[in-house]
Amino acid sequence: MTAVATQEYVAPPPADPTPGGFRRDPRTWLRKNLFDSPASSVLTVVFGVLLAYLLYRAARYVFVTGRWEFIRVQLISFMVGPNFFAGGGTLPRLWTALYLLSTLAGVTAGVSAARGRAAGLRETLRRAAPALLGLAVVLSFTRTLTPTLLALGAIAAFLVVRLAVGRLPLTLTRRAWVLQVVLFVAAVWVLTRFQGGAWDSWGGLLLTVFVAAAAIVASFPLGVLLALGRRSSFPAIRPICVGYIELIRGVPLISLLFVGQFALGFFFPPGATRPGNIARAIIMITLFTGAYTAEIVRGGLQSVPAGQTEAAKAIGLSPLRTTAVIVLPQALRNVIPALVGQFISLLKDTTLLTIIGVQELLGVSQLALSGDFRGQLLAPEAFAFVAFLFWVLCYSMSRASQRLEGRLGVGVR
Amino acid sequence: MAAVAGRVPAPSASGRTPLWRDVRVLRILLQVAVVVGVAALLNYLYGNLVTNLRSTGLSPGYGFLRQPYGVDIPGSDFRPGQSVRDALAVGFANTLRVAGVGILLATVIGIAVGVGRLSTNLLVRRSAALYVETLRNIPVFLIIFFMFTVVIQGLLPPITEAIEVLGITVFSNRGLYIPFLEAQANVGVFTAVTGLGLMAAIVVMAWRTRRSDATGAPHHRVLWGLGVLAGVVVVGYLALDQPVALTVPSREGRAVTGGLEVNPSYAALLIGLVIYTASHIAEVVRGSIQSVAKGQGEAATAIGLTAFQRLRHVILPQAFRVMIPPLANQYLNLTKNSSLAVAIGYFEITRVTTSVIGNAAPAPQGFSVLMLLYLILSLGISLVANLVNRRLRIGTR
Repeated sequence: MTAVATQEYVAPPPADPTPGGFRRDPRTWLRKNLFDSPASSVLTVVFGVLLAYLLYRAARYVFVTGRWEFIRVQLISFMVGPNFFAGGGTLPRLWTALYLLSTLAGVTAGVSAARGRAAGLRETLRRAAPALLGLAVVLSFTRTLTPTLLALGAIAAFLVVRLAVGRLPLTLTRRAWVLQVVLFVAAVWVLTRFQGGAWDSWGGLLLTVFVAAAAIVASFPLGVLLALGRRSSFPAIRPICVGYIELIRGVPLISLLFVGQFALGFFFPPGATRPGNIARAIIMITLFTGAYTAEIVRGGLQSVPAGQTEAAKAIGLSPLRTTAVIVLPQALRNVIPALVGQFISLLKDTTLLTIIGVQELLGVSQLALSGDFRGQLLAPEAFAFVAFLFWVLCYSMSRASQRLEGRLGVGVR
Repeated sequence: MAAVAGRVPAPSASGRTPLWRDVRVLRILLQVAVVVGVAALLNYLYGNLVTNLRSTGLSPGYGFLRQPYGVDIPGSDFRPGQSVRDALAVGFANTLRVAGVGILLATVIGIAVGVGRLSTNLLVRRSAALYVETLRNIPVFLIIFFMFTVVIQGLLPPITEAIEVLGITVFSNRGLYIPFLEAQANVGVFTAVTGLGLMAAIVVMAWRTRRSDATGAPHHRVLWGLGVLAGVVVVGYLALDQPVALTVPSREGRAVTGGLEVNPSYAALLIGLVIYTASHIAEVVRGSIQSVAKGQGEAATAIGLTAFQRLRHVILPQAFRVMIPPLANQYLNLTKNSSLAVAIGYFEITRVTTSVIGNAAPAPQGFSVLMLLYLILSLGISLVANLVNRRLRIGTR
């Protein structure tokens, strides 16, 4: 019985009821799919009219009536926040960081390719389609050609690194995580060190992605430790872990963010320097996500057959090594899709930072609607743009997780 | 099992394991170390808390619960002079109002969309997929915020040009008024009679089931149950001289009389939560229907069941069992997400708590009360889900 405790129930995509293998002529196809019975025909007409109207209105809004110049003017705020430059950030730093990140993505994809999991060109394009669409939409709002060229350069860097890493021998790619960590830290450093801007001046998409990434990285060890503690045979440690996990999972994230904002300061020793707004938010999101990660990892631990532990014991491994070398790797591999799902919901949850006054993507849209734009009823455009960006990020990731699920055979018994 | 028993230690010269290599001793030492560490950390934090509260002049206790709340709560007969505790009670009721109605609506829409994704009609299938894949990948807070600022505040007309559908609704940015039942005299007795009718219906249904089990005759228990309930309600309604009446809102200029007033913030929150959660529930429903082994459906067709019978007696009972834990998870999420009302001004517990904190109550205690209330809600939902889960498992496997 594998009880994988995921926050989000991710089921495999629906099977297409039309069997492939032989081709039908269009009329049979129409009959089968749209006019199978009188009821089906009525549904077809009703939904056809509804869908056509909806698509017409959406297209009209996107291409005709929407006042998108507003996004063009505020694009920088949406991407990096309104205070990015005032806080010491510069465009060259930003692009350098972006190139480092695209190299990082290239290394990741290359490692996957080196392990023989590469997909064909068509498949790759299909997978990247939502992300490329998002990039194209963002670039369509830029005023000069430079960002487009630089973005194309970043894609080229990604492809080159991917190919290069894909050719490396497996012994080297196993150590690639060192390079990945170095690249991530370097990207953050380029933005913050050497008289750069502090986190507190960040905003927009940059902040959204940064908070989500920092929180998932920090919460992972916490989650693994809690899960091991909950599954351990130590009667004194188990209740501590169970209590923590159930307490955190029983309350909404926003209450924890409020605690971070208004109450966390009370727990620091008097006179100590207290962490900034964004750091406090990251701490609270980490504590929150740790509990959910723990439940996911626990599911993974339960899915490892007992025979594995027994075999490890039989060949004389110590309990610590059994856990580290035998049980955990298998457990974690089993729950990668669920962890991706957790990452998606974490990314969506970063919108709550708006409530505590941090200007992430949604917060920027609020800011952009005040001042000069007040009273122009531009809210729909701002929301649509932000929603679209979130949709691109989340949809790409959920697709990736479904693919992983299929490849790892999770859920197939 | 992590870190259980160590390597079998080599016997030392004296034939006894030294203490520092004895696994039993090490296990106890480790646990003592962890417990002492956690206790020390908590003690340290608590010490800091007390010191900081003293230095800022806040009292360390929960005395603020008895202070007057000081503000009006829209949509309730709460008076500003009443205590914080009463305000929290009103907020709790408001949270329940959103969560209860939201769970009901989200389940209905979610099941419809989830079944729609498995329809044989291509257009229905694609429409359901469009709904799910769009809403599932957008943050719920964005949806709620959009509903409030754009739909409720932006699209609804001012009160003088309110939308009056069929003359029975008054929709304006001031508030949404819909027809509702209005209590007259004897409503308490009528409620009691309805409750008795419900109990009688359950007893009759149990009796029909037993009879059907004994004789094999068709039970028609739903029909019997509804009949009994309807009979009792109608008799009670007539005997008590119309204890409830329908009230329809009507507008004259800027004033609206009658009907049920729905707070605009409540409407925005409810719609946002429902359409978002429904997209997740749809996935749960689809996943659990697909999780029923294919042979089950084929076998049902082979023994000559109709499509409806196959769904009703073979597929759904099995799918429902798989559905309960993830469904309960979604209900929990909806309840917790109702806290997002804090940003759009609907006074549920989070909103009430933040305004209490803003009113100089100590933040740590205030939020500890809030978290306790949410824990009670979450544990309640989990408890019900576990009970249903256990009931469905017994006798079936």
